[in-house]
Amino acid sequence: MNRRGVGYGLLLALLLVAPYAVYPVLVMKILCFALFACAFNLLIGYTGLLSFGHAVFLGTAGYVAGHSIKVWGFPPELGLIFAALTAAALGWVIGSLAIRRSGIYFAMITLALAQLMYFVFLQVPFTGGEDGLQGVPRGKLLGFIDLTDDLNLYYFVLAIFVFGFWLINRTIHSPFGQVLKAIRENEARAISLGYDVAKYKLLAFVLSAGLAGLAGATKTLVFRFATLTDAHWHTSGEVVLMTLLGGMGTVFGPVAGAATIVTLQNELADKVGSLVTVIMGAIFVFCVLVFRRGIVGELGALYKKMTGAR
Amino acid sequence: MAEDFILETRHLVKEFKGFVAVNGVDLKVRRGHIHALIGPNGAGKTTVFNLLTKFLAPTRGSIHFNGEDITSAQPAQIARRGIVRSFQISAVFPHLSVLENVRIALQRKLGTSFHFWRPERTLDTLNGRAMELLAQVGLESFADMVAVELPYGRKRALEIATTLALEPELMLLDEPTQGMGHEDVALVRDLIKKVSVNRTVLMVEHNMGVVAGISDTITVLARGAVLAEGAYDEVAVNPLVIEAYMGTEVEELASPAGH
Repeated sequence: MNRRGVGYGLLLALLLVAPYAVYPVLVMKILCFALFACAFNLLIGYTGLLSFGHAVFLGTAGYVAGHSIKVWGFPPELGLIFAALTAAALGWVIGSLAIRRSGIYFAMITLALAQLMYFVFLQVPFTGGEDGLQGVPRGKLLGFIDLTDDLNLYYFVLAIFVFGFWLINRTIHSPFGQVLKAIRENEARAISLGYDVAKYKLLAFVLSAGLAGLAGATKTLVFRFATLTDAHWHTSGEVVLMTLLGGMGTVFGPVAGAATIVTLQNELADKVGSLVTVIMGAIFVFCVLVFRRGIVGELGALYKKMTGAR
Repeated sequence: MAEDFILETRHLVKEFKGFVAVNGVDLKVRRGHIHALIGPNGAGKTTVFNLLTKFLAPTRGSIHFNGEDITSAQPAQIARRGIVRSFQISAVFPHLSVLENVRIALQRKLGTSFHFWRPERTLDTLNGRAMELLAQVGLESFADMVAVELPYGRKRALEIATTLALEPELMLLDEPTQGMGHEDVALVRDLIKKVSVNRTVLMVEHNMGVVAGISDTITVLARGAVLAEGAYDEVAVNPLVIEAYMGTEVEELASPAGH
Protein backbone atom coordinates (compact mmCIF):
# COMPACT_ATOMS: atom_id res chain seq x y z
CA MET A 1 0.00 0.00 0.00
CA ASN A 2 2.79 2.36 0.98
CA ARG A 3 4.75 1.51 -2.12
CA ARG A 4 1.71 2.44 -4.17
CA GLY A 5 1.43 5.75 -2.33
CA VAL A 6 5.02 6.56 -3.24
CA GLY A 7 4.23 5.65 -6.85
CA TYR A 8 1.27 8.05 -6.95
CA GLY A 9 3.34 10.83 -5.39
CA LEU A 10 6.19 10.40 -7.85
CA LEU A 11 3.91 10.33 -10.87
CA LEU A 12 2.06 13.43 -9.72
CA ALA A 13 5.28 15.35 -9.00
CA LEU A 14 6.59 14.39 -12.41
CA LEU A 15 3.39 15.55 -14.09
CA LEU A 16 3.40 18.85 -12.19
CA VAL A 17 6.81 19.84 -13.53
CA ALA A 18 6.48 18.13 -16.92
CA PRO A 19 5.27 21.16 -18.92
CA TYR A 20 8.51 23.01 -18.08
CA ALA A 21 10.60 20.24 -19.60
CA VAL A 22 8.40 18.89 -22.39
CA TYR A 23 6.04 20.48 -24.89
CA PRO A 24 2.80 20.80 -22.84
CA VAL A 25 0.48 19.82 -25.70
CA LEU A 26 2.28 16.49 -26.04
CA VAL A 27 1.91 15.78 -22.33
CA MET A 28 -1.76 16.76 -22.52
CA LYS A 29 -2.24 14.35 -25.39
CA ILE A 30 -0.57 11.64 -23.33
CA LEU A 31 -2.84 12.43 -20.37
CA CYS A 32 -5.96 12.21 -22.55
CA PHE A 33 -4.94 8.84 -23.95
CA ALA A 34 -3.81 7.64 -20.52
CA LEU A 35 -7.26 8.40 -19.12
CA PHE A 36 -8.83 6.71 -22.12
CA ALA A 37 -6.67 3.60 -21.59
CA CYS A 38 -7.39 3.57 -17.83
CA ALA A 39 -11.12 3.66 -18.57
CA PHE A 40 -10.68 0.80 -21.03
CA ASN A 41 -8.64 -1.12 -18.46
CA LEU A 42 -11.51 -0.90 -15.98
CA LEU A 43 -13.41 -3.13 -18.38
CA ILE A 44 -10.80 -5.55 -19.65
CA GLY A 45 -8.53 -5.69 -16.63
CA TYR A 46 -11.05 -5.69 -13.82
CA THR A 47 -14.26 -6.99 -15.36
CA GLY A 48 -12.91 -9.22 -18.11
CA LEU A 49 -14.83 -7.51 -20.92
CA LEU A 50 -13.02 -6.77 -24.17
CA SER A 51 -14.75 -3.82 -25.79
CA PHE A 52 -13.44 -3.47 -29.29
CA GLY A 53 -15.29 -0.28 -30.07
CA HIS A 54 -14.20 1.99 -27.29
CA ALA A 55 -13.14 4.77 -29.66
CA VAL A 56 -16.82 5.50 -30.22
CA PHE A 57 -17.01 7.03 -26.73
CA LEU A 58 -13.83 9.03 -27.23
CA GLY A 59 -15.07 10.28 -30.60
CA THR A 60 -18.66 10.98 -29.62
CA ALA A 61 -17.66 13.00 -26.59
CA GLY A 62 -15.14 14.87 -28.73
CA TYR A 63 -17.86 15.97 -31.15
CA VAL A 64 -20.39 16.73 -28.42
CA ALA A 65 -17.90 18.84 -26.49
CA GLY A 66 -16.80 20.61 -29.68
CA HIS A 67 -20.33 21.33 -30.84
CA SER A 68 -21.67 22.41 -27.47
CA ILE A 69 -18.76 24.77 -26.85
CA LYS A 70 -18.42 26.17 -30.34
CA VAL A 71 -22.05 26.38 -31.50
CA TRP A 72 -24.08 26.47 -28.29
CA GLY A 73 -21.55 28.57 -26.43
CA PHE A 74 -21.17 26.25 -23.43
CA PRO A 75 -18.35 27.20 -21.05
CA PRO A 76 -15.55 24.58 -21.26
CA GLU A 77 -16.26 22.86 -17.93
CA LEU A 78 -19.94 22.43 -18.78
CA GLY A 79 -19.08 21.24 -22.28
CA LEU A 80 -16.82 18.52 -20.85
CA ILE A 81 -19.39 17.34 -18.32
CA PHE A 82 -22.15 17.31 -20.93
CA ALA A 83 -19.94 15.35 -23.34
CA ALA A 84 -18.92 12.80 -20.70
CA LEU A 85 -22.57 12.27 -19.74
CA THR A 86 -23.51 11.84 -23.39
CA ALA A 87 -20.79 9.22 -23.78
CA ALA A 88 -22.04 7.47 -20.63
CA ALA A 89 -25.58 7.46 -22.03
CA LEU A 90 -24.32 6.00 -25.29
CA GLY A 91 -22.40 3.49 -23.19
CA TRP A 92 -25.65 2.50 -21.55
CA VAL A 93 -27.27 1.85 -24.95
CA ILE A 94 -24.32 -0.02 -26.47
CA GLY A 95 -23.60 -1.83 -23.22
CA SER A 96 -27.20 -3.03 -22.82
CA LEU A 97 -27.05 -4.59 -26.26
CA ALA A 98 -23.53 -6.05 -26.07
CA ILE A 99 -23.64 -7.47 -22.54
CA ARG A 100 -26.14 -10.12 -23.58
CA ARG A 101 -23.19 -11.93 -25.12
CA SER A 102 -19.70 -12.61 -23.86
CA GLY A 103 -16.19 -13.15 -25.15
CA ILE A 104 -15.61 -12.68 -28.87
CA TYR A 105 -19.30 -11.96 -29.51
CA PHE A 106 -19.23 -9.13 -27.03
CA ALA A 107 -16.17 -7.70 -28.77
CA MET A 108 -17.83 -8.03 -32.19
CA ILE A 109 -21.06 -6.33 -31.11
CA THR A 110 -19.17 -3.40 -29.60
CA LEU A 111 -17.10 -3.11 -32.79
CA ALA A 112 -20.19 -3.25 -35.01
CA LEU A 113 -22.05 -0.59 -33.04
CA ALA A 114 -18.97 1.61 -32.96
CA GLN A 115 -18.66 1.32 -36.75
CA LEU A 116 -22.31 2.22 -37.06
CA MET A 117 -21.70 5.39 -35.08
CA TYR A 118 -18.61 6.10 -37.18
CA PHE A 119 -20.72 6.21 -40.31
CA VAL A 120 -23.29 8.39 -38.59
CA PHE A 121 -20.52 10.86 -37.78
CA LEU A 122 -19.29 10.68 -41.36
CA GLN A 123 -22.73 11.63 -42.68
CA VAL A 124 -24.33 14.06 -40.24
CA PRO A 125 -23.61 17.73 -41.01
CA PHE A 126 -22.57 19.00 -37.56
CA THR A 127 -19.38 16.89 -37.44
CA GLY A 128 -17.99 18.35 -40.66
CA GLY A 129 -17.55 14.86 -42.09
CA GLU A 130 -14.04 14.25 -43.42
CA ASP A 131 -12.97 17.79 -42.53
CA GLY A 132 -13.80 17.38 -38.87
CA LEU A 133 -15.22 19.90 -36.46
CA GLN A 134 -12.67 22.72 -36.51
CA GLY A 135 -12.06 25.87 -34.50
CA VAL A 136 -13.39 24.93 -31.10
CA PRO A 137 -12.57 27.79 -28.73
CA ARG A 138 -10.89 26.81 -25.46
CA GLY A 139 -12.68 29.61 -23.62
CA LYS A 140 -12.35 30.59 -20.00
CA LEU A 141 -12.56 28.04 -17.19
CA LEU A 142 -15.21 29.10 -14.64
CA GLY A 143 -15.32 32.38 -16.52
CA PHE A 144 -11.92 33.73 -15.50
CA ILE A 145 -9.06 31.27 -16.14
CA ASP A 146 -7.90 31.75 -19.70
CA LEU A 147 -7.43 28.34 -21.25
CA THR A 148 -5.82 29.64 -24.43
CA ASP A 149 -2.69 29.73 -22.33
CA ASP A 150 -1.12 26.29 -22.67
CA LEU A 151 0.07 26.17 -19.07
CA ASN A 152 -3.33 27.03 -17.62
CA LEU A 153 -4.91 24.44 -19.84
CA TYR A 154 -2.25 21.92 -18.87
CA TYR A 155 -3.08 22.12 -15.18
CA PHE A 156 -6.78 21.89 -15.96
CA VAL A 157 -6.17 18.76 -18.03
CA LEU A 158 -3.97 17.34 -15.28
CA ALA A 159 -6.76 17.94 -12.76
CA ILE A 160 -9.21 16.11 -15.03
CA PHE A 161 -6.78 13.23 -15.40
CA VAL A 162 -6.20 13.01 -11.65
CA PHE A 163 -9.95 13.03 -11.06
CA GLY A 164 -10.53 10.28 -13.64
CA PHE A 165 -7.62 8.21 -12.39
CA TRP A 166 -8.84 8.59 -8.81
CA LEU A 167 -12.39 7.62 -9.75
CA ILE A 168 -11.19 4.49 -11.56
CA ASN A 169 -9.03 3.50 -8.62
CA ARG A 170 -11.82 4.10 -6.20
CA THR A 171 -14.10 1.96 -8.35
CA ILE A 172 -11.56 -0.85 -8.45
CA HIS A 173 -11.16 -0.75 -4.68
CA SER A 174 -14.85 -0.44 -3.79
CA PRO A 175 -17.53 -2.93 -2.85
CA PHE A 176 -18.61 -2.71 -6.48
CA GLY A 177 -15.06 -3.38 -7.63
CA GLN A 178 -14.97 -6.53 -5.50
CA VAL A 179 -18.01 -7.86 -7.31
CA LEU A 180 -16.46 -6.96 -10.68
CA LYS A 181 -13.34 -8.93 -9.80
CA ALA A 182 -15.49 -11.86 -8.71
CA ILE A 183 -17.28 -11.76 -12.07
CA ARG A 184 -13.96 -11.66 -13.92
CA GLU A 185 -12.67 -14.59 -11.87
CA ASN A 186 -15.69 -16.86 -12.05
CA GLU A 187 -18.90 -15.57 -13.54
CA ALA A 188 -21.02 -18.69 -12.92
CA ARG A 189 -20.05 -18.67 -9.27
CA ALA A 190 -20.90 -14.99 -8.94
CA ILE A 191 -24.36 -15.77 -10.34
CA SER A 192 -24.81 -18.63 -7.92
CA LEU A 193 -24.04 -16.25 -5.06
CA GLY A 194 -27.04 -14.20 -6.12
CA TYR A 195 -25.45 -11.43 -8.16
CA ASP A 196 -27.20 -10.23 -11.32
CA VAL A 197 -23.94 -10.05 -13.21
CA ALA A 198 -25.42 -8.26 -16.23
CA LYS A 199 -26.28 -5.22 -14.11
CA TYR A 200 -22.77 -5.05 -12.68
CA LYS A 201 -21.19 -5.37 -16.10
CA LEU A 202 -23.48 -2.66 -17.44
CA LEU A 203 -22.57 -0.21 -14.70
CA ALA A 204 -18.88 -0.91 -15.31
CA PHE A 205 -19.44 -0.35 -19.03
CA VAL A 206 -21.26 2.95 -18.45
CA LEU A 207 -18.53 4.20 -16.09
CA SER A 208 -15.85 3.23 -18.56
CA ALA A 209 -17.71 4.87 -21.45
CA GLY A 210 -18.24 8.06 -19.46
CA LEU A 211 -14.56 8.33 -18.54
CA ALA A 212 -13.47 7.51 -22.08
CA GLY A 213 -15.81 10.32 -23.11
CA LEU A 214 -14.23 12.69 -20.61
CA ALA A 215 -10.87 11.88 -22.19
CA GLY A 216 -12.23 12.53 -25.70
CA ALA A 217 -13.86 15.81 -24.71
CA THR A 218 -10.67 17.01 -23.04
CA LYS A 219 -8.72 16.10 -26.17
CA THR A 220 -11.03 18.31 -28.25
CA LEU A 221 -10.38 21.20 -25.92
CA VAL A 222 -6.62 20.68 -26.21
CA PHE A 223 -6.44 20.44 -30.00
CA ARG A 224 -9.40 22.74 -30.71
CA PHE A 225 -10.90 20.21 -33.11
CA ALA A 226 -12.66 16.84 -33.21
CA THR A 227 -12.12 14.50 -36.12
CA LEU A 228 -13.25 11.14 -37.41
CA THR A 229 -9.90 9.59 -36.40
CA ASP A 230 -11.01 9.55 -32.78
CA ALA A 231 -14.08 7.47 -33.61
CA HIS A 232 -12.23 5.18 -36.02
CA TRP A 233 -11.64 1.53 -35.16
CA HIS A 234 -7.89 2.15 -35.40
CA THR A 235 -8.22 4.14 -32.21
CA SER A 236 -10.14 1.27 -30.62
CA GLY A 237 -7.26 -1.00 -31.53
CA GLU A 238 -4.72 1.50 -30.26
CA VAL A 239 -6.23 1.58 -26.80
CA VAL A 240 -6.06 -2.21 -26.65
CA LEU A 241 -2.39 -1.98 -27.59
CA MET A 242 -1.69 0.70 -24.98
CA THR A 243 -3.34 -1.32 -22.24
CA LEU A 244 -1.64 -4.59 -23.17
CA LEU A 245 1.75 -2.95 -23.60
CA GLY A 246 1.51 -1.15 -20.27
CA GLY A 247 0.01 -4.04 -18.33
CA MET A 248 -3.61 -5.10 -18.29
CA GLY A 249 -5.22 -5.16 -14.86
CA THR A 250 -2.54 -2.99 -13.29
CA VAL A 251 -3.22 0.52 -12.08
CA PHE A 252 -0.31 2.28 -13.78
CA GLY A 253 -0.08 0.00 -16.82
CA PRO A 254 -2.43 1.92 -19.11
CA VAL A 255 -0.69 5.18 -18.23
CA ALA A 256 2.72 3.73 -19.09
CA GLY A 257 1.34 2.17 -22.27
CA ALA A 258 -0.34 5.39 -23.42
CA ALA A 259 2.79 7.43 -22.70
CA THR A 260 4.97 5.00 -24.65
CA ILE A 261 2.71 4.78 -27.70
CA VAL A 262 1.89 8.49 -27.95
CA THR A 263 5.55 9.48 -27.49
CA LEU A 264 6.70 6.97 -30.09
CA GLN A 265 4.09 8.12 -32.58
CA ASN A 266 5.06 11.69 -31.97
CA GLU A 267 8.80 11.08 -32.30
CA LEU A 268 8.62 8.73 -35.23
CA ALA A 269 5.92 10.35 -37.34
CA ASP A 270 8.31 12.95 -38.84
CA LYS A 271 11.21 10.55 -39.27
CA VAL A 272 9.72 7.39 -40.70
CA GLY A 273 6.29 8.51 -41.93
CA SER A 274 3.77 5.75 -42.39
CA LEU A 275 6.34 3.15 -41.32
CA VAL A 276 5.21 4.04 -37.82
CA THR A 277 2.34 1.54 -38.06
CA VAL A 278 4.82 -1.22 -38.92
CA ILE A 279 6.91 -0.30 -35.89
CA MET A 280 3.81 -0.31 -33.68
CA GLY A 281 2.90 -3.74 -35.01
CA ALA A 282 6.38 -5.04 -34.29
CA ILE A 283 6.22 -3.67 -30.74
CA PHE A 284 2.88 -5.36 -30.25
CA VAL A 285 4.20 -8.72 -31.45
CA PHE A 286 7.29 -8.34 -29.28
CA CYS A 287 5.15 -7.47 -26.27
CA VAL A 288 2.88 -10.47 -26.70
CA LEU A 289 5.82 -12.84 -27.22
CA VAL A 290 8.27 -11.59 -24.62
CA PHE A 291 6.56 -9.66 -21.87
CA ARG A 292 2.98 -10.72 -21.74
CA ARG A 293 2.19 -8.96 -18.49
CA GLY A 294 3.12 -5.60 -20.01
CA ILE A 295 5.67 -3.08 -18.80
CA VAL A 296 4.17 -2.47 -15.37
CA GLY A 297 3.08 -6.08 -14.95
CA GLU A 298 6.60 -7.38 -15.63
CA LEU A 299 8.19 -4.78 -13.38
CA GLY A 300 5.77 -5.73 -10.60
CA ALA A 301 6.58 -9.42 -11.03
CA LEU A 302 10.31 -8.64 -10.99
CA TYR A 303 9.92 -6.61 -7.83
CA LYS A 304 8.01 -9.46 -6.16
CA LYS A 305 10.69 -11.93 -7.21
CA MET A 306 13.47 -9.76 -5.81
CA THR A 307 11.78 -9.06 -2.50
CA GLY A 308 10.60 -12.66 -2.27
CA ALA A 309 14.11 -14.01 -2.84
CA ARG A 310 15.49 -12.08 0.05
CA MET B 1 -47.67 -31.49 4.59
CA ALA B 2 -46.19 -29.73 1.63
CA GLU B 3 -43.80 -28.08 4.08
CA ASP B 4 -42.15 -31.41 4.69
CA PHE B 5 -40.64 -31.19 1.25
CA ILE B 6 -38.39 -28.25 0.62
CA LEU B 7 -37.92 -29.02 -3.05
CA GLU B 8 -40.20 -30.83 -5.39
CA THR B 9 -40.11 -31.45 -9.11
CA ARG B 10 -43.20 -32.48 -11.01
CA HIS B 11 -42.73 -34.48 -14.15
CA LEU B 12 -39.54 -32.68 -15.11
CA VAL B 13 -38.50 -33.16 -18.76
CA LYS B 14 -35.48 -31.84 -20.61
CA GLU B 15 -34.95 -32.54 -24.28
CA PHE B 16 -31.90 -31.63 -26.32
CA LYS B 17 -32.76 -31.66 -30.03
CA GLY B 18 -34.73 -34.88 -29.87
CA PHE B 19 -32.60 -36.51 -27.18
CA VAL B 20 -34.45 -36.82 -23.91
CA ALA B 21 -31.88 -36.29 -21.15
CA VAL B 22 -34.39 -36.09 -18.32
CA ASN B 23 -37.66 -37.91 -18.73
CA GLY B 24 -40.39 -37.13 -16.24
CA VAL B 25 -38.52 -36.93 -12.98
CA ASP B 26 -40.56 -36.49 -9.80
CA LEU B 27 -38.14 -35.67 -7.07
CA LYS B 28 -39.04 -34.82 -3.50
CA VAL B 29 -36.40 -33.58 -1.15
CA ARG B 30 -37.37 -33.73 2.51
CA ARG B 31 -36.48 -30.77 4.69
CA GLY B 32 -33.42 -31.37 6.84
CA HIS B 33 -32.23 -34.39 4.89
CA ILE B 34 -29.05 -35.07 3.04
CA HIS B 35 -30.38 -36.33 -0.25
CA ALA B 36 -28.06 -37.96 -2.77
CA LEU B 37 -28.68 -38.23 -6.48
CA ILE B 38 -26.75 -41.11 -8.00
CA GLY B 39 -26.78 -43.08 -11.20
CA PRO B 40 -24.50 -44.44 -13.91
CA ASN B 41 -22.81 -42.11 -16.36
CA GLY B 42 -25.26 -40.41 -18.69
CA ALA B 43 -28.18 -40.99 -16.36
CA GLY B 44 -29.03 -37.29 -16.40
CA LYS B 45 -27.80 -36.37 -12.93
CA THR B 46 -25.97 -33.25 -13.99
CA THR B 47 -28.84 -32.21 -16.24
CA VAL B 48 -31.30 -32.52 -13.35
CA PHE B 49 -28.87 -30.55 -11.23
CA ASN B 50 -28.61 -27.78 -13.79
CA LEU B 51 -32.39 -27.67 -14.12
CA LEU B 52 -32.76 -27.26 -10.37
CA THR B 53 -30.22 -24.46 -10.27
CA LYS B 54 -31.80 -22.81 -13.32
CA PHE B 55 -28.65 -22.98 -15.40
CA LEU B 56 -30.87 -24.91 -17.84
CA ALA B 57 -34.55 -24.36 -18.56
CA PRO B 58 -36.81 -27.44 -18.47
CA THR B 59 -38.72 -28.42 -21.60
CA ARG B 60 -41.74 -29.45 -19.50
CA GLY B 61 -42.63 -29.90 -15.88
CA SER B 62 -42.25 -27.68 -12.86
CA ILE B 63 -39.98 -27.09 -9.89
CA HIS B 64 -41.28 -26.01 -6.50
CA PHE B 65 -39.29 -24.60 -3.62
CA ASN B 66 -41.12 -24.33 -0.29
CA GLY B 67 -44.35 -24.80 -2.20
CA GLU B 68 -43.67 -21.94 -4.61
CA ASP B 69 -43.23 -22.45 -8.30
CA ILE B 70 -39.68 -21.44 -9.25
CA THR B 71 -39.67 -22.99 -12.71
CA SER B 72 -39.12 -19.69 -14.47
CA ALA B 73 -36.88 -17.99 -11.92
CA GLN B 74 -33.40 -16.76 -12.87
CA PRO B 75 -30.28 -18.39 -11.38
CA ALA B 76 -29.32 -15.32 -9.35
CA GLN B 77 -32.93 -15.06 -8.07
CA ILE B 78 -33.07 -18.55 -6.65
CA ALA B 79 -29.74 -17.95 -4.97
CA ARG B 80 -31.29 -14.99 -3.18
CA ARG B 81 -34.22 -17.18 -2.12
CA GLY B 82 -31.90 -19.59 -0.38
CA ILE B 83 -30.88 -22.24 -2.91
CA VAL B 84 -27.14 -22.14 -3.36
CA ARG B 85 -25.21 -24.49 -5.59
CA SER B 86 -21.64 -25.63 -5.86
CA PHE B 87 -19.89 -26.70 -9.03
CA GLN B 88 -18.13 -29.84 -10.25
CA ILE B 89 -14.91 -27.97 -10.78
CA SER B 90 -14.04 -26.15 -7.61
CA ALA B 91 -15.63 -22.73 -7.81
CA VAL B 92 -13.50 -20.28 -5.94
CA PHE B 93 -12.42 -16.84 -7.10
CA PRO B 94 -8.79 -17.83 -7.72
CA HIS B 95 -7.04 -14.47 -7.53
CA LEU B 96 -8.87 -13.11 -4.53
CA SER B 97 -7.75 -13.89 -1.01
CA VAL B 98 -9.46 -16.64 0.97
CA LEU B 99 -11.08 -14.03 3.16
CA GLU B 100 -12.30 -12.00 0.17
CA ASN B 101 -13.83 -15.12 -1.32
CA VAL B 102 -16.13 -15.51 1.63
CA ARG B 103 -16.71 -11.78 1.93
CA ILE B 104 -18.05 -11.57 -1.62
CA ALA B 105 -20.90 -13.82 -0.53
CA LEU B 106 -21.51 -11.76 2.60
CA GLN B 107 -21.35 -8.31 1.05
CA ARG B 108 -24.50 -8.54 -1.05
CA LYS B 109 -26.57 -8.14 2.11
CA LEU B 110 -24.92 -4.81 2.91
CA GLY B 111 -26.68 -3.42 -0.13
CA THR B 112 -23.62 -1.44 -1.23
CA SER B 113 -22.50 -3.74 -4.02
CA PHE B 114 -23.21 -1.11 -6.68
CA HIS B 115 -21.46 1.64 -4.71
CA PHE B 116 -18.34 2.32 -6.75
CA TRP B 117 -17.54 5.48 -4.78
CA ARG B 118 -17.18 3.78 -1.41
CA PRO B 119 -13.78 2.56 -0.22
CA GLU B 120 -13.15 -1.14 0.17
CA ARG B 121 -12.57 -0.80 3.89
CA THR B 122 -16.32 -0.34 4.38
CA LEU B 123 -16.40 -4.10 3.84
CA ASP B 124 -14.14 -4.73 6.82
CA THR B 125 -17.17 -4.93 9.09
CA LEU B 126 -17.79 -8.30 7.47
CA ASN B 127 -14.37 -9.69 8.31
CA GLY B 128 -15.45 -11.04 11.70
CA ARG B 129 -18.28 -13.07 10.23
CA ALA B 130 -16.04 -14.21 7.37
CA MET B 131 -13.42 -15.47 9.82
CA GLU B 132 -16.12 -17.37 11.74
CA LEU B 133 -17.14 -19.10 8.56
CA LEU B 134 -13.55 -19.91 7.69
CA ALA B 135 -13.08 -21.32 11.18
CA GLN B 136 -16.07 -23.61 10.61
CA VAL B 137 -14.27 -25.27 7.72
CA GLY B 138 -10.81 -25.08 9.31
CA LEU B 139 -9.41 -22.39 7.05
CA GLU B 140 -8.91 -19.51 9.49
CA SER B 141 -5.13 -19.73 9.26
CA PHE B 142 -5.29 -19.45 5.45
CA ALA B 143 -7.35 -16.24 5.40
CA ASP B 144 -4.75 -14.04 3.70
CA MET B 145 -3.64 -16.61 1.17
CA VAL B 146 -4.64 -16.20 -2.47
CA ALA B 147 -7.28 -18.86 -3.14
CA VAL B 148 -5.48 -20.33 -6.15
CA GLU B 149 -2.63 -21.44 -3.88
CA LEU B 150 -4.84 -23.60 -1.67
CA PRO B 151 -4.64 -27.38 -2.08
CA TYR B 152 -7.63 -28.93 -3.83
CA GLY B 153 -9.46 -30.23 -0.78
CA ARG B 154 -9.12 -26.90 0.95
CA LYS B 155 -10.52 -25.13 -2.10
CA ARG B 156 -13.63 -27.23 -1.73
CA ALA B 157 -13.75 -26.33 1.94
CA LEU B 158 -13.50 -22.66 0.97
CA GLU B 159 -16.29 -23.14 -1.50
CA ILE B 160 -18.47 -24.58 1.24
CA ALA B 161 -17.63 -21.68 3.56
CA THR B 162 -18.62 -19.26 0.79
CA THR B 163 -21.87 -21.13 0.25
CA LEU B 164 -22.59 -21.11 3.99
CA ALA B 165 -22.12 -17.36 4.05
CA LEU B 166 -25.43 -17.05 2.22
CA GLU B 167 -27.12 -19.11 4.94
CA PRO B 168 -28.87 -21.21 2.36
CA GLU B 169 -31.90 -23.28 3.25
CA LEU B 170 -30.96 -25.72 0.55
CA MET B 171 -27.45 -26.50 -0.60
CA LEU B 172 -26.99 -28.18 -3.94
CA LEU B 173 -23.60 -29.85 -4.26
CA ASP B 174 -22.39 -31.09 -7.62
CA GLU B 175 -19.98 -34.00 -7.04
CA PRO B 176 -18.36 -32.46 -3.98
CA THR B 177 -15.57 -35.05 -3.73
CA GLN B 178 -14.78 -35.40 -7.41
CA GLY B 179 -11.11 -35.82 -8.23
CA MET B 180 -10.04 -35.93 -4.60
CA GLY B 181 -7.58 -38.09 -2.73
CA HIS B 182 -8.58 -40.26 0.20
CA GLU B 183 -7.92 -37.76 2.96
CA ASP B 184 -9.66 -34.93 1.19
CA VAL B 185 -12.73 -37.08 0.61
CA ALA B 186 -12.99 -37.76 4.32
CA LEU B 187 -12.48 -34.07 5.07
CA VAL B 188 -15.21 -32.94 2.72
CA ARG B 189 -17.60 -35.74 3.75
CA ASP B 190 -17.33 -34.75 7.40
CA LEU B 191 -17.72 -31.13 6.44
CA ILE B 192 -20.95 -31.78 4.55
CA LYS B 193 -22.30 -33.72 7.51
CA LYS B 194 -21.32 -30.90 9.83
CA VAL B 195 -22.84 -28.08 7.82
CA SER B 196 -26.05 -29.98 7.05
CA VAL B 197 -27.37 -29.30 10.53
CA ASN B 198 -30.57 -27.22 10.18
CA ARG B 199 -30.19 -27.33 6.42
CA THR B 200 -31.13 -29.48 3.51
CA VAL B 201 -28.47 -30.82 1.19
CA LEU B 202 -29.02 -32.29 -2.24
CA MET B 203 -25.89 -33.67 -3.83
CA VAL B 204 -24.87 -35.47 -6.95
CA GLU B 205 -22.12 -37.83 -5.94
CA HIS B 206 -20.19 -40.76 -7.42
CA ASN B 207 -18.31 -41.85 -4.36
CA MET B 208 -20.43 -44.55 -2.75
CA GLY B 209 -18.47 -44.29 0.46
CA VAL B 210 -19.66 -40.71 0.84
CA VAL B 211 -23.21 -41.47 -0.25
CA ALA B 212 -23.58 -44.45 2.07
CA GLY B 213 -21.97 -42.65 4.96
CA ILE B 214 -24.01 -39.49 5.19
CA SER B 215 -27.15 -39.47 3.08
CA ASP B 216 -30.62 -40.01 4.46
CA THR B 217 -32.27 -40.58 1.13
CA ILE B 218 -30.90 -41.72 -2.20
CA THR B 219 -32.50 -41.32 -5.58
CA VAL B 220 -31.09 -43.48 -8.35
CA LEU B 221 -31.44 -42.11 -11.87
CA ALA B 222 -31.03 -44.17 -15.00
CA ARG B 223 -31.67 -43.05 -18.57
CA GLY B 224 -33.21 -39.82 -17.41
CA ALA B 225 -35.79 -41.38 -15.08
CA VAL B 226 -36.01 -42.30 -11.41
CA LEU B 227 -35.13 -45.97 -11.00
CA ALA B 228 -35.31 -46.32 -7.25
CA GLU B 229 -35.50 -44.22 -4.13
CA GLY B 230 -34.97 -44.88 -0.48
CA ALA B 231 -32.34 -45.32 2.20
CA TYR B 232 -28.97 -46.70 1.16
CA ASP B 233 -29.60 -50.21 2.47
CA GLU B 234 -32.79 -50.55 0.44
CA VAL B 235 -31.42 -49.07 -2.72
CA ALA B 236 -28.17 -51.02 -2.70
CA VAL B 237 -29.94 -54.38 -2.81
CA ASN B 238 -32.50 -53.35 -5.41
CA PRO B 239 -31.94 -55.65 -8.42
CA LEU B 240 -32.86 -52.89 -10.89
CA VAL B 241 -30.18 -50.67 -9.45
CA ILE B 242 -27.57 -53.42 -9.52
CA GLU B 243 -28.44 -54.13 -13.14
CA ALA B 244 -28.18 -50.45 -14.09
CA TYR B 245 -24.78 -50.21 -12.53
CA MET B 246 -23.44 -53.49 -14.05
CA GLY B 247 -19.82 -54.42 -13.94
CA THR B 248 -17.33 -53.13 -11.45
CA GLU B 249 -19.58 -50.65 -9.83
CA VAL B 250 -21.75 -53.46 -8.45
CA GLU B 251 -19.03 -54.27 -5.99
CA GLU B 252 -18.78 -50.63 -5.21
CA LEU B 253 -22.44 -50.58 -4.31
CA ALA B 254 -22.25 -53.75 -2.26
CA SER B 255 -19.25 -52.75 -0.20
CA PRO B 256 -19.12 -49.01 0.26
CA ALA B 257 -16.37 -49.23 2.85
CA GLY B 258 -14.04 -50.87 0.36
CA HIS B 259 -13.86 -47.80 -1.83
